[in-house]
Amino acid sequence: MKLSALQQSYLGRRSNSLRSSGPLDSSSDGAFKSPAAVFWLVLHGLSCLISLLLGFRFSRLVFLLLSTSSTYTSPFHSPTELAKTLDIRSVIPADPVGNVPLPFPNKTATNSRVVVGRHGIRIRPWPHPNPVEVMKAHRIIERVQTEQRLQFGVKDPRKIIVVTPTYVRTFQSLHLTGVMHSLMLVPYDLVWIVVEAGGVSNETASLIAKSGLRTIHVGFNQRMPNSWDGRHKLETKMRLRGLRIVREKKLDGIVIFADDSNMHSMELFDEIQNVKWFGAVSVGILASSANIDETVVEKRGEEENPRMPVQGPACNVSNMLAGWHTFNTLPFAGKTAVYIDDRATVLPRKLEWSGFILNSSLLWKDGDKPEWMKDIDTLDGDIESPLDLVKDPSVVEPLGSCGRRVLLWWLRVEARADSKFPPRWIIDPPLEITVPSKRTPWPDTPPELPSHEKPVIRIQEPIIKHTTKTRTSRSKRRSKRKHDETRTDRGTTGFDKTLQN
Amino acid sequence: MRKWFWGFLFIAFGFVCSIAAERNPRTERISGSAGDVLEDDPVGRLKVYVYELPSKYNKKILQKDPRCLSHMFAAEIYMHRFLLSSPVRTLNPEEADWFYTPIYATCDLTPTGLPLPFKSPRMVRSAIQLISSSWPYWNRTEGADHFFVVPHDFGACFHYQEEKAIERGILPILQRATLVQTFGQRNHVCLNEGSITIPPYAPPQKMQARQIPLDTPRSIFVYFRGLFYDVNNDPEGGYYARGARAAVWENFKNNPLFDISTEHPTTYYEDMQRAIFCLCPLGWAPWSPRLVEAVVFGCIPVIIADDIVLPFADAIPWEEIGVFVAEEDVPKLDTILTSIPPEVILRKQRLLANPSMKRAMLFPQPALPGDAFHQILNGLARKLPHQKSIYLKPGEKILNWTAGPVGDLKPW
Repeated sequence: MKLSALQQSYLGRRSNSLRSSGPLDSSSDGAFKSPAAVFWLVLHGLSCLISLLLGFRFSRLVFLLLSTSSTYTSPFHSPTELAKTLDIRSVIPADPVGNVPLPFPNKTATNSRVVVGRHGIRIRPWPHPNPVEVMKAHRIIERVQTEQRLQFGVKDPRKIIVVTPTYVRTFQSLHLTGVMHSLMLVPYDLVWIVVEAGGVSNETASLIAKSGLRTIHVGFNQRMPNSWDGRHKLETKMRLRGLRIVREKKLDGIVIFADDSNMHSMELFDEIQNVKWFGAVSVGILASSANIDETVVEKRGEEENPRMPVQGPACNVSNMLAGWHTFNTLPFAGKTAVYIDDRATVLPRKLEWSGFILNSSLLWKDGDKPEWMKDIDTLDGDIESPLDLVKDPSVVEPLGSCGRRVLLWWLRVEARADSKFPPRWIIDPPLEITVPSKRTPWPDTPPELPSHEKPVIRIQEPIIKHTTKTRTSRSKRRSKRKHDETRTDRGTTGFDKTLQN
Repeated sequence: MRKWFWGFLFIAFGFVCSIAAERNPRTERISGSAGDVLEDDPVGRLKVYVYELPSKYNKKILQKDPRCLSHMFAAEIYMHRFLLSSPVRTLNPEEADWFYTPIYATCDLTPTGLPLPFKSPRMVRSAIQLISSSWPYWNRTEGADHFFVVPHDFGACFHYQEEKAIERGILPILQRATLVQTFGQRNHVCLNEGSITIPPYAPPQKMQARQIPLDTPRSIFVYFRGLFYDVNNDPEGGYYARGARAAVWENFKNNPLFDISTEHPTTYYEDMQRAIFCLCPLGWAPWSPRLVEAVVFGCIPVIIADDIVLPFADAIPWEEIGVFVAEEDVPKLDTILTSIPPEVILRKQRLLANPSMKRAMLFPQPALPGDAFHQILNGLARKLPHQKSIYLKPGEKILNWTAGPVGDLKPW
């Protein structure tokens, strides 16, 4: 009882800040003024003073020492928070004997086994994550997410068949790695058909082997020409070759065309699951305009319809296919790149193949397919646009909120035709030392090396002249479109020059 | 003969199909200890008479402080409004099975919004004095067929501090009545046998408005936002939450799987929907609205409160839905949670996804079938019929009207 008075006044004081009328209530409970109570109050005051001096709660130390019989030793660590100078946090047992803040013994009838009062804060000896458990947790998270995808994602996902035309060149690693990583993230079954111009090469094979996907790598017996026109035509033929593979192997799924320099969003692969027979999505056209004319910009302001860099289906109000958006090539008339390594804008075709999606059963010889689908064996490979595959273009299904969502981007960036790169990007044998020439701006140029290094230094110099030349000759470049002129002022990377091989 | 055989086969097939159709792969039916009682309809099973108390007990209090409508103790107000227009209400007290006294005892708020329970005992006492003198039904049973909604921290003990609440005990005059309260702890003075535990009020519109698409992957393993140390009242720790919250912090603050912090983000509800486990540790009292939020957002509640009695425990099989961790096992919380087999976790998520589970935790306005109001009525209906022994002989008195602290006896 005496303890209770002590404790009540203490607690009442402590809860003051939260409830303003606290003390009113605690005082109403009455304070016992018997000598024992006074003694305890004096003792309490004394321990308060000692605690002030020492810096920790002295009374708790006393109680810990007094109640050694009932305190059980436990392997718990003392917590060190709240900046106590001495680490004497006692672990209060659940046993009610001997410690101050406890429920009153005269209410044992319906007392909870759970004790009210100050408990120790249990901390294990090494409060850091256990790597095995972290891995287990990640597996649980994966399982939960798979389940979520099963329930709320696409029902009965179909396999995706990706057709990619490619050929070996400097930028192939860049582009193909991008496509490969996108395909590796796709949560559905995938088959990747890679058609390579110039025959199957180790370069491409080693690249796509890293993906871990199921790939079908075939060669196409023509070399990729150096003009964009020729390249588009050859790519069309290569894609048809890929479609023929689908037909021969009777692959079942959804066919998409992933050009190796395009960028795909993950939502694309979710959206194409909705295709029934022949679908189209909007493609964002990122025609790299190296030098945009000022007149082009002005013209844009005069136009009523803003020119969106998008190619794809256009719908009317009732969400039915009404026409096609194509990329307006007029502003670039006469200034487009003809050869692959031109420093001019590369323009897409009227309708790019990558914006079209097919159901693979359209390509099979037999089986039920709509009569509007042409047989690909009858085609010669000389088709202008993917819509030539169908007899009636109005059957195309617009996907991605009826073409309003752009799900992939088209971009063409290539290096010089004579640009060389180390095979498989492994430099073997290792490079010789390259030393900057005297005219470079690097501050701490090492001293010139003896004569046997000369071949390297010699080659560097033309590069320096090279870049300065291009800057000045840019303005001339627009008017003169001769092949030789453009060849000399290209500022593409000249790392072919730094190689010994 | 063959016709009978095929007929029987067809019927058997149809039977199997109907059973299979019940098992929706997304959700699972919740069968509590008493069967599928969440779907029961209380209308027709009981009759409730609502006493007409002067507005100083309810409306005037609410007018003084409209914050009472949105805090977590608002269940008492909404229950009154629900009963006034519910089909279980009867205007004839003779045929009533249960009697309801509308007192808003938790509506005396501090400037910061916390309810002060100091006047509540006097208020309740004065109300009961009124009903016992104006109507004969109280004296007939001394309150055994009356129910009161007392959603405060420790129920009808009317105090926010556990020791004081235990010392006071349940208000003596409410000892025979059925208490509908949020507090529930086994072997505790403030929980009577036969009380109905309800969830605290959580605003249904706010939660519905913050739903995110269901296919957003759950990427947070454990989520918790709230205090670990109550620096105002218990700066050293060890008192608040019996040291359990502090133990969670100290053990798991460095663990990347545990997204725990005291900061209250604006995306709190959205984050809960992206978490697999939500911690629901005790605070000053064992119950909290976190349980309701976790259930509504499909996050498995991890309940760290020894001996707690969860809402509608006789209708909802909480063991199968949530994870119970003893306070002394908090340092091993990560081991416990990662060792739960994935199938069990998926099953718990399916149970949580059941819409009747979510509905049972909410107090929507206007009331919907299967919501918490109906579960309270179901609970009251399950206690019927009343035993003959509750009816006292005339002149017999069991309750001691003068028991309790002297301060409670002052008129209100």
